[in-house]
Order: sequence, then structure tokens, then C-alpha cells
Amino acid sequence: MAERVGVYICHCGSNIAGTVDVEEVARWAGENIKDVVVSKDYKFMCSSLGQAMIEEDIKKEKLTRVVVGACSPHLHEKTFRTACKNAGLNPYLFDMTNLREHVSWVCNDKEAGTAKAKALIAGSAERVKYQQPLEPSYVDVHPATLVVGGGITGLQAALELADAGHPVYLVERSPSVGGHMAQFDKTFPTLDCSACILTPKMSEAGQHENITMLTYSELEEVSGSVGKFKVKIRKKARYVVEKDCTGCGICMEKCPRKIVDEDFEAGLGYRKAIYTPFPQAVPRTPVIDVENCTYFQRGKCKVCSKVCPTNAIDYEQQDEIIEIDVGNIILATGWKLFDCKKVPQYGYGRLANVYTNMEFERLCNAAGPTGGKIVMRDGKTEPKSVAIIHCVGSRDVNHNAHCSAVCCMAALKFGHLILEKTNAEVYSFYIDMRTNQKQYEEFYQRLLEEGMHFVRGKVAEVTDAARNPDEQGKLIVQCEDTLLGKQRRIPVDMVVLMGAIEPQADAKELGLKCGISCSMAGWYTERHPKLDPVATMTEGVFVAGTCQGAKDIPACVAQGAAAAARVQGMITKGKVMIEPIVASINEEACSGCRICNNLCPYNAIEFDPVKETSHVISSMCKGCGTCVAACPAGVITGAHFNNQQIFAQIDGVLWDAKPAGGNGGAAAKAAEPEPVAS
Amino acid sequence: MSNENFEPKIVGFMCNWCSYRAADLAGSARIKYPPNVRIIRVMCSGRMDPAFVTKALSLGADGVMLAGCHPGECHYIDQNYKAMRRYHLLKHMLAALGVEDERVRLFWRSAAEGEQLAEAITEFVADIKKLGPLHWPDNWEESDERLEALEAIVKEHEEVMEVNS
Amino acid sequence: MKYAFYPGCSMEVNAAAYDVSMRAVAKVLDMELAEIDDWNCCGATEYFSQDELTACSVVARNLAIAEGESNQLVASCAACYCNLAKVDKLMSEDAEMKQKINEALSAGQLKYKGGVRVRHLLDVICSDIGEEKIKEKVVRPLTGLRIAPYYGCQAVRPISIGDCTEYPMQMDHLFEWLGAEVVDYPVKAHCCGGHMPQISEEQAFELQRRLLQSAVDYDADMILCMCPMCQLNLDAYQPRVNGMFGTNFKMPILYFTQLVGIAFGLEPKAVGFGKELVAGLPVLKKKLEAVSA
Repeated sequence: MAERVGVYICHCGSNIAGTVDVEEVARWAGENIKDVVVSKDYKFMCSSLGQAMIEEDIKKEKLTRVVVGACSPHLHEKTFRTACKNAGLNPYLFDMTNLREHVSWVCNDKEAGTAKAKALIAGSAERVKYQQPLEPSYVDVHPATLVVGGGITGLQAALELADAGHPVYLVERSPSVGGHMAQFDKTFPTLDCSACILTPKMSEAGQHENITMLTYSELEEVSGSVGKFKVKIRKKARYVVEKDCTGCGICMEKCPRKIVDEDFEAGLGYRKAIYTPFPQAVPRTPVIDVENCTYFQRGKCKVCSKVCPTNAIDYEQQDEIIEIDVGNIILATGWKLFDCKKVPQYGYGRLANVYTNMEFERLCNAAGPTGGKIVMRDGKTEPKSVAIIHCVGSRDVNHNAHCSAVCCMAALKFGHLILEKTNAEVYSFYIDMRTNQKQYEEFYQRLLEEGMHFVRGKVAEVTDAARNPDEQGKLIVQCEDTLLGKQRRIPVDMVVLMGAIEPQADAKELGLKCGISCSMAGWYTERHPKLDPVATMTEGVFVAGTCQGAKDIPACVAQGAAAAARVQGMITKGKVMIEPIVASINEEACSGCRICNNLCPYNAIEFDPVKETSHVISSMCKGCGTCVAACPAGVITGAHFNNQQIFAQIDGVLWDAKPAGGNGGAAAKAAEPEPVAS
Repeated sequence: MSNENFEPKIVGFMCNWCSYRAADLAGSARIKYPPNVRIIRVMCSGRMDPAFVTKALSLGADGVMLAGCHPGECHYIDQNYKAMRRYHLLKHMLAALGVEDERVRLFWRSAAEGEQLAEAITEFVADIKKLGPLHWPDNWEESDERLEALEAIVKEHEEVMEVNS
Repeated sequence: MKYAFYPGCSMEVNAAAYDVSMRAVAKVLDMELAEIDDWNCCGATEYFSQDELTACSVVARNLAIAEGESNQLVASCAACYCNLAKVDKLMSEDAEMKQKINEALSAGQLKYKGGVRVRHLLDVICSDIGEEKIKEKVVRPLTGLRIAPYYGCQAVRPISIGDCTEYPMQMDHLFEWLGAEVVDYPVKAHCCGGHMPQISEEQAFELQRRLLQSAVDYDADMILCMCPMCQLNLDAYQPRVNGMFGTNFKMPILYFTQLVGIAFGLEPKAVGFGKELVAGLPVLKKKLEAVSA
């Protein structure tokens, strides 16, 4: 019996209809493609009315196959599959044609767009006839979740899930959770102390019965898939036994080795060779920095071991690989600071009193190396004037195209703190002032009133080459003031560079481990930039916070919570649908050549030595189809992408390429004597 | 063979995770490129059966574009390497069948490379335009010369083609 | 290694010290600089604002001649480098302009296809020869000598010779390899005034004063140049700058190749010492015992 195909062409407002003659495509498909019994166009096919129309047609016209030509299947394939299902049609008897992303948005003229649309619709219509009803399988969702990254985003996500009663593994690379936020002094625009709002969350997470905190640990390997990931975590040797350590801190006090703290104190302060990054660290258990430890380097010292009241020091400790099962993964791996030395004309690393934003955070911080006193590198002189340079490494084609989103506000915050703590004049050199969140613009106005100076223009250079006595001994900021239309040279004592927020250096590597991709710049790619910002293309893997793009603390917290909510949904549902797109082997016809065996990266193909044939373990198959293409006997079938279906699609998309008197398929219907039944 | 009004028909097989998405991204960014490539989605470049290519050519395509994730970035670990191996064998065969080298090409484009995918399509279409139409279906009419050539190929590869027991 | 070489107009007379030292250093480093046949002036700085097509064609003529000889064309003067690189880039990016220029060149049976990479001598020495080989040739390390490398503008802007546009480092590295104390002074890529002395002495001398002052502030013994124009401006006008600003600069301005030659053990005379107006040899003798001995 011939199939009864329904074809539906969406206008998507003018998104498709602007460059594709949708009425013509619908008319043409109805008149020319064999077995098409209904062909319609509609303003918004994904709207409830559009879906209702399809559902009604399926029932009324007894459609056995449906094709929708609209946007990318990555956006609305699910929507229309559900519509089919609602009308009693197996959802895998539906195919979606990408007329927007692949046609109307990339074509200049309507004629070419319409022709391309016809070819793609023909391909779908031919393909869909060979599609087969499939039943998805379901797997149980393991209730535990892995959260990678212990900054504010990861903490928020972990706490949301743990409070809802679900177990969480929180993995953090450094010895303590807290992330960058722990380094900040105040937070804009409310100016509440960063530590005061962060540390309660840190200790709550540290003590939570549902959170297993794995600090000084890194993600080693991820296998499995949504609902049932298997994860290996490398717990680096701390050389301090966590269960014995009370966190008294006497080892850190007595350790004779003092080194510059390049991480937490951004190079401005010191720490010991056995250390926690900061006093409120969670967990309180310190780690030994092997590179700088006298015992590890020279074989003697052991002061920490001698003073430890609980004998918690273990110099023989080894890295440990921990294997865990989780249902979902949230990546909240954060950002790194742009290397300001890459903009040599601003003198960072060369001119002593040029600081980065992170250094300045520590300089302002009451718990920082200067106890919150804003002083120059000599450690005592208060600056009489400070220049803050925006967009260092951001919005710059030489480095990063993106806006780092937080620097304008952070610069205003710095301005406020300098004006509050010193008598200095503060100059902000900005390209555009971006203060577009709640209470941000108000904060900007406040700083204008407080007397911070604003110069619009990109700074050309920071130099110590004085041209006149006024500039002698100062750092001169040379800039074109684009509001005055003039070159200005402003001598100051101190310069703060607002370095860009950049993706972590190993973001891509970690993404690959979890099966998700990055943008060219290195930000994790979300499933949809507007409508699905925390899910990724890989089921069960979510992203939150600055690893997805530069953002401020409120946005990070919101995303952390959002990712947790998505995971909770999965856990509550308990089961997750697995696409039935898997390979299967017709064992009757299998010759047992075993060519396919080694092609499968998941070891999903098993050889039966008794029967001398291979078979696919469908729960392990991920449906890539490599074995299907490789089988010399052609007895492996890839569900939903089988040869018949793809050949038919090739046939369809080339309907207009065949030599005269082609071999049926599309365009053959016109030759049919009988009119289409209505 | 080439003529200025010639609009080649090209089939593009793209993997679901990288290249198909790159094409989606090119669309979202409204990057314009020639309309000649008709994209067919497969889950992975590893699914690309050489028969898809010969089928497309035999149905009148003037060129075939294959695209997948960058080596090392395959959604299915390393299946794109298998696609690459197969591609080279296929090229060898197509050369023996007299299909110009430029007509079938494999590209690596990640989901982030919308612009680069559009560039690849633009470049590929221009190259095929230069070559002119393929007219493969017409060429398959029986001819002694062709049959002889085919037999010669079979003979040359006899040993390799034999399935080891 | 063999390179096509474009000397430009200054090398023979004005910058004879550059010429002789460059050839001596090239010999030590086994670099063959084959002067291209029948070259013409690069048009220097002003010609481009007069008539772009003519200016470009004048430059392109040299590129076309070089194309027949090598795929790399080395210039020793920053302005020559800048003009050659600029026209090469323009012709690769602007098909219409390329056609027009080639039309002009066809009058002399020449055509530039775009196959030449324009290089500056400094980049060739630093990148192609490299640290290892250069260090091997040092027989008289420049220990104790404080040199201020001066890049000027045209070698790094708009088309850099291969170094950072804003804060170039190649010459800094080169002299570190040779054992000198390199002065990291902030104005090393600022302008020397170019042809401004002919237009406004006041403006030009102020630019020169800043350069000289900064080198003095950083306690440099000498400034090293990679462009004949820079050398001439800073050297020849030094007394006038002193006159205008009441300063007392006595800063030797030399070519970088002269000091490379000294480090390689060549005699000062063989690398053109004595041709500069502010004498360099006394400073060299004072600082380097090996030279005076």
C-alpha cells in the first residue's frame, strides 16, 4: 500500500517566506511528489495552531508520514515528533527539512532559495516513506550528579541539588572551593563584602550531608551516557590525610618555606609550602606544594609532620583515582584572566605600578596582602592619582572579540573604593560604558557624582617617558579623548588594567571528555543561546556560569540554579528517553568477517564464537553508523539512517538533476494519470 | 566544458554534531553562500558510505561534499578517522572511474565554524563550476571501453578484495 | 642562504656605515644578499600622498624584478621595507589595483604576480639565522655596553617585520644574545620625525629630543638604528636639538649591524665606525676593554 505523506511548509513569519516562495513549494510538492496527499503552508508551524493542523490532518487524511519544512531539526524536531505522537502516528515516521538555517537565511535571491527548498523537501518526502516506526528505550537516571568547578556557580548548583535531597559530587581543581569570587573584595553594585556572602555557601556545601566535596581533584575520564555516566576523578595527593586533619593550621604557621602566592594573592602576597589558599578555605585541610617543599626538594625538614598534633601528614600519599556513577553532569569551570603582558604598550610587568584587575582586588581586600590599604608597589605610598583602563584584551580584534561583561562595573567599584580609601583622583578610560543590569546604571551615576573622571577613548600607551616636569616620575597615560577630539596625556601614580575574562585554557579538552563543544573562542556551546542556555547538545551534560560566556555573579548564580533545576527534573522523572537510533546486525546473513568488531569505539559489537556471527549490544550502541557503512555484506542496519532511507533522500534532493526520463521518485507524479485523492 | 550559467548540483553529507550545526550557525549568522549544496544529515562522518557518493554522482550530482568534526573532536570518539580512511580509498576508486579529484571532497568543520563552512561551500561550488557538469548518468551507457577499464581495476585489486577466511 | 636584496637610495652614501657593516655581518653569517638588477627608488614617504597609482607602480617595479630572482626580498631600510610590503599587500588584496599596476608595469615588459615575501634585514637575522648560530659567532661579547634599540615606526607599522607592532622586541633579543645590556626604554617605537626637519624644525626636534632624553634617562651608551632616516635624524641634528632645548646630548647613533659586527670580532673601521657625527668609538673603547686592547 502506498504511503500517504503530508508536507507542511512553515513561513516562520518572514524568516523563511522572505527568501523562499513557500506557497509555491507547498503547491509544487503536492502536485509533483509521489504519495504526497496533503501539502500546506502556514505562518508559524511550531505554534499550537500549526501543530493542531498537522494532528488533525494525520487523523482526517489518514496520513502515514509527515514532513515539516521549517527551521533546523535541532530546534523543533521534538515539537513535531510530539505532535505526530499525539495524533497516533509513530514519531519516527516524521522528517524535518531545514528550510531556514540551510536555505532562507543563507540565500540571497528568492528564486534560488525556492529551488533549493524544493530539492530539500523532495529529499525529505522520499526519505520519509522508508522510515520505520521506532520505539525509544528508557534508562533509569542515577540520582547523583557531578558538578565540576567549585566557584560560585558550582556551589549554587550543588547546594540546590543537595537541598532537594539528591547526592552531589562537587569536584574542584584547587585546594579549596570558592573560585574567583573568594578573591574579590566588594561586589558591585551593592558593595557587600564578597567573602561575607560567599563563605557561608562554602561552609554549607562543605558540611552538607548530600555533598561529597572532592577538592584538589580533576576530572579524568567520562564514559557512559545520560542517566548512567561513569566518571573517573583524579584526587591529587595532598600529603595530608583529610580524615585526620583538624584544620588547626599549626603546620602552615611553622612551615619555614615562604613563597610568592601567584594564585590566590595574584602574586602580591605570600603563602607557605604547606597551605590552604586562604584562611576561610573549605575544606580546611591544607596541601603540600611539592615543587616548593623543602622536604620534597632536599629530603629533609619534615617540620609539618613534627608539629602536627594528629599525625595527619603523609609524605607517601599517592594520587587516587575515584570512580563514581552519576546521572547528570554540570560543568561550571569558570574563567581565567587575560595575560595583560600581551598588551605590551600598557607596560604590565615592566612598569612597577601597573596592576591587573585581580591584583587590585587583592590590594583592596581587607584580608589581602596590604590589609586593604591601596598603596603602590613600595608597600607604603598611597597613590595621588589612579588610571583604570577598560577593555584590556576584550573587544580587541588582536585578542578577544567579546565584551567581558563585568569590567565596566568592576572599574566603577574600584573607582568607588579608591575615592573612599584615598585622596586620589581616579580616571577611567573606557570605550563604551556598559551598565545594563539592575542598579548598575544608578551605580555609574553615583560614581559620576563622587567625582570619578571618565575619558572616552582607547589608551594608546602607558609610559614613564616624561615630556615635561609635571610628568616626571609619573606613569603617563596617552589617549585620544574621543569626546573632546583631542590627544591627552594624563600623568598618574598607578594604573589598573581591566584584563579580559577568558575561557579556561583546557576548556576544550574537558569539553571533549564530556562530549560537548566550544565556540571558536573556547566558551562551551549551549543547546540554544536564548531558549536553552544551560543544556548542551549532549543529553545529561549541562553548563553554567562563565565557562559558557563572560557574565557577572548574579547571572552565574542564576545559571547554576537553572542547571540544577534541569537536573532535578531529570532525577524526578527517573527515566530518560534514549533515541532508538542504533545499529543492528542481521545475524542470519552475517558472514562473521569481524570487520565491524574493531570499528566500534564503545565495544558495542560482540562476536559470538559459537554462531560465528557478530551482534550489536544495543544498550551500548550510540548510533554513529560507522559499522553500517563498513559492513561488506551490507547486513548491518542503522535505524533511522538506513541505506534505503538515505538513498531515497539522495534521489529526492537530486530530483532535478536526473537525465531526461529519470527513474521515478520525485517529479514522477505529474506523469500519473489519476488525480490526487482528496 | 565549463560555462558561466552552469549551476552545479551538489550533495553535502554532514555529521549531526559538527558540520550540520556549522551550517545551522552559518544560517543564524545570516552568512550568504551559493545555494548549490543540498545537505543531508547523517549522525557521524563515519556513517558516510562510499555508496552514498557514487549514488549521488550516478543520480546526476556534479559534486559531493563530505563534512565532519575535526580529527580528535569526533562526537563518537574517533569515527571521523574511519571516515578519512574510507575517503582516501574512495578517491582512489573514483580516480580510476575517471571522476576528477576535485569533485568529491572531505572537510572538517566544527560546530563553531559557521563562517568557515560557508567559505568551504563557496570555494567548493566555485571549483565545481570550473570543472563543468559531470554527466555521469549518461556515461553509464554500456561501452566496451568502460567495461574493459572496470575489469582492469578489478584485476588490479583482486588480491585485496578477496575476503580472508 | 640566498636572498634578493633591495638596498634603496641611502645605503651608498648617507648610510655607508650601514652598508659596509651589513655586508660584513652577512659574510660572517653565510647570508648571500644578491642585489636586484636595475632597481629604482621606493618613493620614500611622501610620494604615496601625491599619486597612489604612480607611487605603487614605482614600488611594484622592484617587486616584479625581484620576483624573477627569489621569493624573498630583503630591505635594509625601514621605509623601503614599509613601501615594498605595503604595495605587495595592496596588490594581493585589491585585484583592480593589481591590474592597473601591472598595466603600468607592462610598459617595461614587467608583471608582478605576488610571489615575493618582503623582509627586513633585522627579521632575517633574528628569525632565519637565529639565536644559536648568532651566539656561535660571538667572539667579543658586548658585556657592559648599554644599548638602546631603536625601531622607529615604519618597520613595525602598519606592517610589522614580524615583531610586536606596539612594543617590538627583536633587536632587544638580538643584543641579549650578543651579551649587551639592553635598555628597555619606552619610546623605542616612537617616531624620529622623518622628513619633518624640512617642514618644521620645532616639531621634528621635539620628537628627537624625546628619544634622546629617554635613552639618557635609561642610561644608554648608544642608540642603535635599523633605518638610515632614523640614524640621520638623530645623529645629524643632535647639535641643533641641543641648541633649541639647551640640552647636552652626546649620544652616539649607530646601525645595529655595526655592533653585531663588533661582537663578531670585526674591527670598528671594517664596520663603518667613524662615519657617524657623534663619535661612537670613544664610548665603545671606554666600555669594551676588548676593543681598546
